[in-house]
Amino acid sequence: MDNNEKIIELKGVEKIFDGQTAVEKMDLYIRKGEFVTLLGPSGCGKSTTLRMIAGFEMPTSGQILLNGKDITNVPPYERPINTVFQRYALFPHLNVYDNIAYGLKLKRFKNTYVDKKGKQRVRVERLSKEVIDAKVSRVLKLVDLEEFEKRDVTTLSGGQQQRIAIARAIVNEPEILLLDEPLGALDLKMRKDMQLELKEMHQKLGITFIYVTHDQEEALTMSDTIVVMKDGDIQQIGTPKDIYNEPKNSFVADFIGESNIFSGTMVGDKKVRFINKVFDCVDDFPINEKVDVVVRPEDVFLADEGKGMVDGVIISSIFKGVHYEMTFKVGKTEVVIQDTIERKEGERCSIHIRPDDIHIMAKEFDCNRYDGYITKRNTVCFADGEFECDVTQLYEHSHLDDEGYLVLENGEQIDLTDVDVKVEVGLKDIEIIDNDEDGDACGTIISIVYKGDHYQIIIRTDEEEEDFVVDTEYVWNENDRVSVKIPKDKIKLKLKAVNQK
Amino acid sequence: MTALKFSRKHLGIPYGLFMALFVVFPLLLIIYYAFTDPLTGKLSLINFIDFFTSNANLTAMFISLALAILTTAICLLIAYPTAYILARTDMNKNGIMLLLFILPMWINFVLRTAAMKELLFSIGMFKSNKTSFINTLIGMVYDYLPFAVLPIYTVLQKLDKNILEASSDLGASGSQTLFKVTIPLSMPGIVSAITMILLPTMTSYVVSDTLGNGNVTIIGKLIENQFSTMYNWNAGSAIAMILLVFIFATMLISGKFSEEGSQDARGGGLW
Repeated sequence: MDNNEKIIELKGVEKIFDGQTAVEKMDLYIRKGEFVTLLGPSGCGKSTTLRMIAGFEMPTSGQILLNGKDITNVPPYERPINTVFQRYALFPHLNVYDNIAYGLKLKRFKNTYVDKKGKQRVRVERLSKEVIDAKVSRVLKLVDLEEFEKRDVTTLSGGQQQRIAIARAIVNEPEILLLDEPLGALDLKMRKDMQLELKEMHQKLGITFIYVTHDQEEALTMSDTIVVMKDGDIQQIGTPKDIYNEPKNSFVADFIGESNIFSGTMVGDKKVRFINKVFDCVDDFPINEKVDVVVRPEDVFLADEGKGMVDGVIISSIFKGVHYEMTFKVGKTEVVIQDTIERKEGERCSIHIRPDDIHIMAKEFDCNRYDGYITKRNTVCFADGEFECDVTQLYEHSHLDDEGYLVLENGEQIDLTDVDVKVEVGLKDIEIIDNDEDGDACGTIISIVYKGDHYQIIIRTDEEEEDFVVDTEYVWNENDRVSVKIPKDKIKLKLKAVNQK
Repeated sequence: MTALKFSRKHLGIPYGLFMALFVVFPLLLIIYYAFTDPLTGKLSLINFIDFFTSNANLTAMFISLALAILTTAICLLIAYPTAYILARTDMNKNGIMLLLFILPMWINFVLRTAAMKELLFSIGMFKSNKTSFINTLIGMVYDYLPFAVLPIYTVLQKLDKNILEASSDLGASGSQTLFKVTIPLSMPGIVSAITMILLPTMTSYVVSDTLGNGNVTIIGKLIENQFSTMYNWNAGSAIAMILLVFIFATMLISGKFSEEGSQDARGGGLW
């Protein structure tokens, strides 16, 4: 796959459905012959991206280029691209043969021939029955379903229907084959078999495959390149190895495989401190910078107490077939470990992590920042909510008088109503409340990532779609409706530059 | 003393009695009348022979058939695009458009036909006897159109959009998809529309009486005449039998076309 020719390129492609952004300005190119997987949780825009490439959806803005030619407005039936649908979408009124031959029968091509008078003429022809027959039986052989030609598609099993759907797409010899979670409806065993078969098929046919899935294992098994997406945005593009070993941020690390994610601080040149211990690492970050540290469970080695780097206690141990999954507790922090040698619950032991297994990435959030304004009641409005705050912090040595006006050090009285301010709230200073009503602002939990000793939760408000990033010890569920409360003294206010004296 | 055992089967008894009394028994009566001579009361085929040797009867049969087939065809031609647009676009998002098409069905049939007569009269369609057949046809189409829209709409709405996308993906243009996928897959709706229109149009003589100006006699009218004017129950029963055979034949043919999914499509979404 060392061909560098771009077969398809998305340039600033964006898709908005009724005001909701499904795909944010996306730039992506795919090389000829590659097996690319778009990977992400549901609703991350991966299917929409695929549908735009297929032509079922028109981008709101941006361009799609196929072999350098703009195909943004070309209808799906004129694109040399075929799709394998999630629910197969076979034609129930046609048998296996007719399903597969559907595209071939529609195909027209120009044939140049010499007529009786010796003139060259061009005639539009369709494929002959023999050619179609040959192609159909060849492709049926490829998917291991010979002799199935006359069968009714509704009598086939899920796996067989899926093979027919693949056969129906590849028989047209498309330049790109799109696969929209094609194995989603199959059972685990069948899915594993099909993964390998698809990979083999890709190597045999040499067609570019673009595959959409939310299953990280599937992506790692099959792809040459993985594109990790979240909220309509590309998070990382890379080979399965890159993505797994060098995740760019904690979302990717958490989504791809199992990970321990810790909050750490850089304490020196290639030295990072987390779980109360300084570790050597290989990534270079500025000293004192807050970072996320990612360690894969299989990269943590257990040793007898006192013989490793950090001592702790095993608090749970579960047999998972190939290995044991154990939870190791250091202080308040939990570390998940996978090992083939079992350590019993309650056993005191020690862990050891190699420097190159410690992956360090810039912390995504260290503080919530918002634009807000002060109300008549000396509260502050931001992120769909109204919060009590201490407005005297805006001016040094000021205080409030009885009527609610701010009195400066020199005795000057100011009305703060509608003054724009910058608001900062620490991640740990936000309290989440289970009830919609009781907090000052409410929203929905859109993400939850475990960071070793706490969870990092993102709550998105309904109207303004502002995010509250919260570090908490308590576990919540994604899509929970919650409200937030912030203690008065934890809201840091700053005047916006314009008003600053 | 034997205890009276109650089993779930016994719940069926009232229905069985009802069926016997109001379905099987009348049917047997019709068969009995159809095959007996009205004068002597003996078993005979005279009623059928009379029907098939009378020119007037055969003409009525032919007109009924022509009327039924034309009405069905026109209804389908109007209903299919209507149902397609309602099912495939945003026009019917809240169901109001569909309701407007169905609403006439809930207004008394006789009243609607009378209103149609006034309408046709006012545009001069009653000046000549030549337009009697056309008038009847217009009335029939107007009365039976909802019965075509509803089942087709129901089937089209249930159609998996992925299948249409797959067709487009494999190289079929919009019209190719329509003829190769959409119409074949909506056959159950079309067939149920046909069964719901074809047979009633042959017998609903209210329309032909009101709009046909006395020039259009359909098979339903013949039956009515035999029973209420001529008091010849035997001849009337024979015609009813002929119609029944015809109904079975159409059911058999249409059943062939809608082997799958027709049960749920028949009757449409409103009942």
